[in-house]
Amino acid sequence: MRLTGAQIVWEMLRREGVEVAFGIPGGAIMHTYHPRSEYGVRHVLVRHEQGAAHAADGYARASGRVGVAIATSGPGATNLVTGIATAMMDSSPIVCITGQVSTSLLGSDAFQETDITGITIPITKHNYLVTDVADLAEVIHEAFYIARHGRPGPVLIDLPKDVQQAATEFVPPADEVRLPGEAHTAGPDLTEVIRRAARLMDESSRPVILAGHGVLMAGAEEVLLTFAERVSAPVAVTLLGKGGFPASHPLYLGMMGMHGDAAANRAIQEADLLIALGMRFDDRVTGDLDRYAPRARKVHVDLDAAELNKLVPVDVPIQGDVRRVLEALVPLVNAVEQREWLSRIEQWRDEARAVDIVHRAPDDRLTVPHVINAVWETTAGEAIVVTDVGQHQMWAAQYYRTDRPNAFITSGGLGTMGFGLPAAIGAQIARPDAEVWAIVGDGGLQMTVQELATVVQEGLPVKIALCDNGYLGMVRQWQEMFYDKRYEATRLVNPDFIKLAEAYGIRAWRVDDPEGAVQAVAEARRHPGPALIDFHVVEEGEYGNVYPMVPAGAALHEMIHRPLPTAGGKR
Amino acid sequence: MNRTLIARVEDKPGVLARVASLFRRRAFNIESLTVGHTETPGISRMTIVVDSTRTDAEKVAQHLYKLVNVIRVEDISDQPAVMRDLALIKVRTPDPRTRSELMQLVDTFRARVVDVGLESLIVEATGTEEKIDGLVEVLRPFGILEMVRTGRVAMVRGNNGVKQGGNG
Ligand SMILES: Cc1ncc(C[n+]2csc(CCOP(=O)(O)OP(=O)(O)O)c2C)c(N)n1
Ligand SMILES: [Mg+2]
Repeated sequence: MRLTGAQIVWEMLRREGVEVAFGIPGGAIMHTYHPRSEYGVRHVLVRHEQGAAHAADGYARASGRVGVAIATSGPGATNLVTGIATAMMDSSPIVCITGQVSTSLLGSDAFQETDITGITIPITKHNYLVTDVADLAEVIHEAFYIARHGRPGPVLIDLPKDVQQAATEFVPPADEVRLPGEAHTAGPDLTEVIRRAARLMDESSRPVILAGHGVLMAGAEEVLLTFAERVSAPVAVTLLGKGGFPASHPLYLGMMGMHGDAAANRAIQEADLLIALGMRFDDRVTGDLDRYAPRARKVHVDLDAAELNKLVPVDVPIQGDVRRVLEALVPLVNAVEQREWLSRIEQWRDEARAVDIVHRAPDDRLTVPHVINAVWETTAGEAIVVTDVGQHQMWAAQYYRTDRPNAFITSGGLGTMGFGLPAAIGAQIARPDAEVWAIVGDGGLQMTVQELATVVQEGLPVKIALCDNGYLGMVRQWQEMFYDKRYEATRLVNPDFIKLAEAYGIRAWRVDDPEGAVQAVAEARRHPGPALIDFHVVEEGEYGNVYPMVPAGAALHEMIHRPLPTAGGKR
Repeated sequence: MNRTLIARVEDKPGVLARVASLFRRRAFNIESLTVGHTETPGISRMTIVVDSTRTDAEKVAQHLYKLVNVIRVEDISDQPAVMRDLALIKVRTPDPRTRSELMQLVDTFRARVVDVGLESLIVEATGTEEKIDGLVEVLRPFGILEMVRTGRVAMVRGNNGVKQGGNG
């Protein structure tokens, strides 16, 4: 069968099980677009290529499959860059296909030529410039393998126009992919290190499990639950580890780190043993490294050898898949009950509950936690929540207590504003029957707001909770707390978001009190199509700032708590 | 102190750029990096000398393995190995009398004169970095006009060479 490069693209996407690609055509890629309809792969036209990459990323995170983004050469390709870097930092498997000028023009500064493979070397797992159509099928097959294999990540394929046009005999690539280095990276025998980890576990009286994204990627939720219950160890999650352990479980400590739950941070600082699973001790998680978990021995399990001993020196580094390691560890550890340790933690939890903003803020003041709580309660915690970046993101992480994996989608490592809406589009397309809520800020929404058109064009019932505080809130919070309250370049003069949503054909409501919040969420849920709720929330001060907060340079236990004059003088 | 890594990599366009990008991004301190062909077509060999006072050679290896084109990385620092650096040194010799003195020095270092010009000559030397450093020191008083060094290449002695592996 002779196929052109363009046809091979779709033939291969179909063979890789791709249902949908997100993108925008242009001169250097339109040849590839042309045969698409014959191959049954859906295409979602976005309004900016950044949206395509984020949508592919959101699709990947919600489905566990590889997301696909397509762009033309030059500006189309460079517009993908933020989305690619986002996927790289959060180990999300996406494949980006970019058009390129013809091979004869490469290096000549031709119209819309850009060295996208050069640009993306540090932000992809791997990338390809295909110069011979005979290589194309193999390259695409390998790209999908690399994207999802091991520690997942983005892969880019740059496709010159003449390669798209050239024809070749199509030979389906062999299923098995063997990468050059793989034979030599097969990890060492783990029996001994796992035994050492078990010994530390048995010696511990104040253990804490740290569950990261790697738990979800390994599908280790179930064995983690078994392990935690067996050794009676509380579980703190990272931002991307949310859903790796059920939030409703008594051993759930909440999120750790800069805006983590107070009980989680305290437990980490007091622990005598940390079992870190598929997480990478990001600075947002550890606070001051020199004073991080000073009393704890540490076991670190990660698939990526380069993450072990990178920032935190550990006693037992274990390079391996979290699920397999836990499965081997469970039978080696003694079943115990850590009554004393757990009751101390329960006390910290009670103290935190007492200063919870939801119980403390005056009735007439709408805060973001009220908003998140309203969404959480009305959806019974069963929606897929996709956030943008900022205060609302941290509050969503704190208050949307999900029990399920892959239901909390957020840009963690890169912290990319503008991620929320397009990633929600991808998530909704991946899970058409799921209820998808995009929780976004007024700043971040406006970075990719044009994707509202995509929502409408594709008929997606995405619900958008806009946390409208009139500020680049997270930056403003730092200014309030650490920069003399000088709100330099953070005040937003916003459009009328209701009119804006309606202009796109999206139903919208405005809410400015806690009671209205619950009603509006219910109404938006009843509405069959897309909906936007513009929540006018407290702008600043004790109800407008995210707490607890570990300031830059502080240790985890030095977190600042919400100043509440009415809270009985406690802290 | 430094450590010597041997990396066998696929001989494909852009591989050197990927390795260089990795070293720059992770701020790895590298003393030298050489690339060349191997006994196997399609596979290149890099000798990477890591300043191990500032950079953990094991981390370098772990990160190299994350590059798809890298086949195998070995730290040969603790194995008996032949380590060589090659230098071309152009020395000023306006005065014929100094020439014979210089030739003698070159001989002592078992280096060779490979080009003789009117006012200068080119010395070629192969050896360990220390040996070449020594030669450079004694040549300096004559006036070194130009110098180029390849950086270290290395090979393990005996049969315990760097394993083939990969597609090779
Ligand atoms: C693309 C990008 N630019 C800038 C930042 C820095 N930044 C982090 S949070 C934030 C404010 C976000 O404001 P908004 O979207 O209104 O959310 P809020 O914090 O008010 O909830 C900014 C500017 C970023 N994370 N990403
Ligand atoms: Mg805001």
